[in-house]
Amino acid sequence: MVQFSLPKNSKIRVGKTWPKPADGKNVRKFQIYRWEPEDGENPRVDTYFVDLDKCGPMVLDVLIKIKNEIDPTLTFRRSCREGICGSCAMNIDGRNTLACIFGIDEIKTDVVKIYPLPHMPVVKDLIPDLTHFYAQHASIMPWLETKTNRPEKEWRQSIEDRKKLDGLYECVMCASCSTSCPSYWWNSDEYLGPAALLHAYRWIIDSRDEATGERLDQLEDPFKLYRCHTIMNCTKTCPKGLNPAKSIAEIKKMMVNRHV
Amino acid sequence: MSYLTDRKRAVGKGASGTGTEHHWFMTVSAVGLVFLVPCFVFIFGSALGKPQAEVIATFARPFPAIVTALTFLIGMRHFAKGAQMMIEDYCQGLTRKLAVMFAHGLSYVLIACVFYALGRMVLIGLAMGV
Repeated sequence: MVQFSLPKNSKIRVGKTWPKPADGKNVRKFQIYRWEPEDGENPRVDTYFVDLDKCGPMVLDVLIKIKNEIDPTLTFRRSCREGICGSCAMNIDGRNTLACIFGIDEIKTDVVKIYPLPHMPVVKDLIPDLTHFYAQHASIMPWLETKTNRPEKEWRQSIEDRKKLDGLYECVMCASCSTSCPSYWWNSDEYLGPAALLHAYRWIIDSRDEATGERLDQLEDPFKLYRCHTIMNCTKTCPKGLNPAKSIAEIKKMMVNRHV
Repeated sequence: MSYLTDRKRAVGKGASGTGTEHHWFMTVSAVGLVFLVPCFVFIFGSALGKPQAEVIATFARPFPAIVTALTFLIGMRHFAKGAQMMIEDYCQGLTRKLAVMFAHGLSYVLIACVFYALGRMVLIGLAMGV
């Protein structure tokens, strides 16, 4: 349900300001959300100063530099460093994106604000709890469902049918889209969200999949699918340049074609 | 708090099997209102500020009466279903149910009022020989 203010234990307080580097010429200020689950304190925003001349160009490079050289307690997920694994999704300068492919020079404000993905339970610092998000993904059966006997070699697919999957299979499940969607913020317990629906569409239009009807039946619900109000935040924020809103619209069109 | 598995929590009670009808109704009624609302505004505007007898004469004619009836019937149903969507976003539990009931009830009351007023005007108009 919609919440207009943060609960008491989530109100953010001013945190520690770390010293500026003594000899830095290209120093930038970073304000980073911090929350330690074990100390019982409210979240805080710590301020760090990083000399960008001695740092890589991406926001993830800054976070790694801070962790290595300034504050080893800073916690965040990361793995591939090239936008493939989706681990380092976070809210940077008000936008959900992947820290590894988001350049510091893209941020025009003086202070770079870094928060975890919005409206998700936080595990620690910049790490959101994505358990429910992954369970929703699993619920759309993200695998090939067939009833025909398995062929001797592979399931064949034409070049044209394969092309339909472009713009869908590239999703890395970073959750940037779902956590930018107000409908998902308010009704994530029931609404599947843009990421899960994009994956649902990916399997619905797969020419080899034989469970199209069952998949559509699973989505025929005022909350699971129709909570999308075409706000388009998902498409605007997707760090991979995908269009989840279009996938949702296509599912709705298929539903109508089946209905009328 | 209950010890549900993550998958059970995500699936919930499953799909209700409804939703497309609501979506299709909103689409169709929106398209209908695109044509009806300008017609109604033109009819209403032409009658605005005129003496009662002329207003009754305007709404007693078939085209203005049918356009007005359709505008309010479709418009109020569109409003109620749209309001239901908004209420479902913002409220939960009993509040949600009561608010949805209120929105639908209000739309039916307004439709009934408009139909009653139109019926009276048509009957008076017939008596006046319009």
